[in-house]
Amino acid sequence: MDGTLKIPSVTGIDVELRIAGPGGRSYAFVIDWHIRVLVALAWMIVAGVVYFGSVSTIPSLEPSQGDFAILVMLPAAGLYLLYHPVLEVLMRGRTPGKRIAGVRIVKRDGGVPGIGPLLVRNLFRLVDSLPFFYFVGLAATMLTRQSVRIGDIAAGTLLVYDEAEAGAFDDAPSSRGIARLGLERAELVRDLIARWPELRPNARSALARRLLEREEPVPEGLDDAALRERLEQLLR
Amino acid sequence: MTTHKTSKWLEDRLPVWRDVAAKLDAVERGRYAEPEKVVKVIAAYPEIARDLAVARSEAPRGPLTRSLEQIYLELHRSIFRSPGRWRHDVAALFVSEAAEIAGSLRWHIVWVTALFFASASAGAWLINQYPELVGLFASEAMIEQVQSGRLWTEGLLNVAPSSLLAVQIFTNNIFVSLFAVVVGIFYGLGTAYIIGMNGLMLGAVFSYTAQHGLAEQLFEFIAAHGFVELSVIMVAGACGVSLGEALARPGRETRVQAFQRASMRAAKLMVVCCTFLVGAGLIEGYISPNPSYSLPFRLCIGLGYLALLVVVLSGALSRLPKPRD
Repeated sequence: MDGTLKIPSVTGIDVELRIAGPGGRSYAFVIDWHIRVLVALAWMIVAGVVYFGSVSTIPSLEPSQGDFAILVMLPAAGLYLLYHPVLEVLMRGRTPGKRIAGVRIVKRDGGVPGIGPLLVRNLFRLVDSLPFFYFVGLAATMLTRQSVRIGDIAAGTLLVYDEAEAGAFDDAPSSRGIARLGLERAELVRDLIARWPELRPNARSALARRLLEREEPVPEGLDDAALRERLEQLLR
Repeated sequence: MTTHKTSKWLEDRLPVWRDVAAKLDAVERGRYAEPEKVVKVIAAYPEIARDLAVARSEAPRGPLTRSLEQIYLELHRSIFRSPGRWRHDVAALFVSEAAEIAGSLRWHIVWVTALFFASASAGAWLINQYPELVGLFASEAMIEQVQSGRLWTEGLLNVAPSSLLAVQIFTNNIFVSLFAVVVGIFYGLGTAYIIGMNGLMLGAVFSYTAQHGLAEQLFEFIAAHGFVELSVIMVAGACGVSLGEALARPGRETRVQAFQRASMRAAKLMVVCCTFLVGAGLIEGYISPNPSYSLPFRLCIGLGYLALLVVVLSGALSRLPKPRD
């Protein structure tokens, strides 16, 4: 499976993006599905309460089938059905679910897709969702080289991991840190500190010891917090 | 690079990167960006490329390199993005682009229309010969109403208000039309099936109502909205067939390229057609079920609306003289 998308540029400095596989895509979809169901349900509950006159500030609505459908059901259906096309256009290839899952839609040149490709992509959900539970779309992402569903093939788009490093410039290593370690090792230390909460204690302690022992002997029995403290001292 | 030089380089460049990130964010977020900011963002692109090359050689997989890659990518996207002129694009779509696409699909439209009428004739013949088969095309309630000498459309406004009817109708029609387009992916066979079935049903229902002396009433009901609805179904069918053709006969392009081109063109044309379906739904909700409107009035509405569709899809709007500045 081809897991990256190479973005060529006029400067000759290319960038590679990691393509999201069926897992990353499904994760984003499931989050989005829950959001749109909850938003549609919330609308139905709020509008339903208003419609049935329980909210005293809006007493003038006369209950009828047409009013109920137009005020309650239709907007809820609109929220559910238009969630993806509208948000993908407004958020430039993202949705709340995609943002949480760390993925975004891009064109094959890595650019932000316009309204046309995003509409085409959503139009083909009608095929991707056949015969049930997005079977065709899921099968397509499993079988295609770049893990794309039919809508992506039609629109010329794909899903990539959106690897934004928030605040990476703010906590860059100090001059003393670089002088002591060199940039590459200072960056390794910084990376380890950033990933500290995600790693298992045994693994991160072992990694921290290996990095620290290049600079100075590390006494046995130092706990997790003390090792981290020493790593941070190296960068200061 | 020595550690001293690296440290100096980082010290010099960090404020620049932060500044570029802030300016890029301002340019991307706002509807209007000051020209100086835009110029600075553009000027930063080769500088960040150079910095990225340095960072990659010094710390290939570090957070700093990843951050620079991210900002470089955002600069690349921002600079090379097509301009967002959606008002202009929508106007161009209705004035000329839809007509150009419809023109390129004219033979597809002819063939789909022929298939539809052949199916309608087959349906009419079938029910004429074997009326007992009408159950294949109509619900029991519809059949009972026709047998009692009334159309199922009678008293429709007593069941649901016009607004609800209109919304239900145009939502359903838009769904059917879009579905007819996308199932063209099955080498056009999915579209052919939908068009064929719709034709068969229409012919069968018309034949059955004719047997009970209600065909004129049915025609009166559909006169105001039916012309545009059926025309849009034909256009949707043509779009679906074009998708199938792109996959079966891609020509000089690859199958994927041909499919993408056909999909994009189909989507553009369907944006125009779906707009017309909203109008047709409103007519079907407000005018068609209302018995107070006469047949000539309904024909005027139906044919007038069809003429508007033809004007848009023939490109007549683009031939109008442009206003002088």
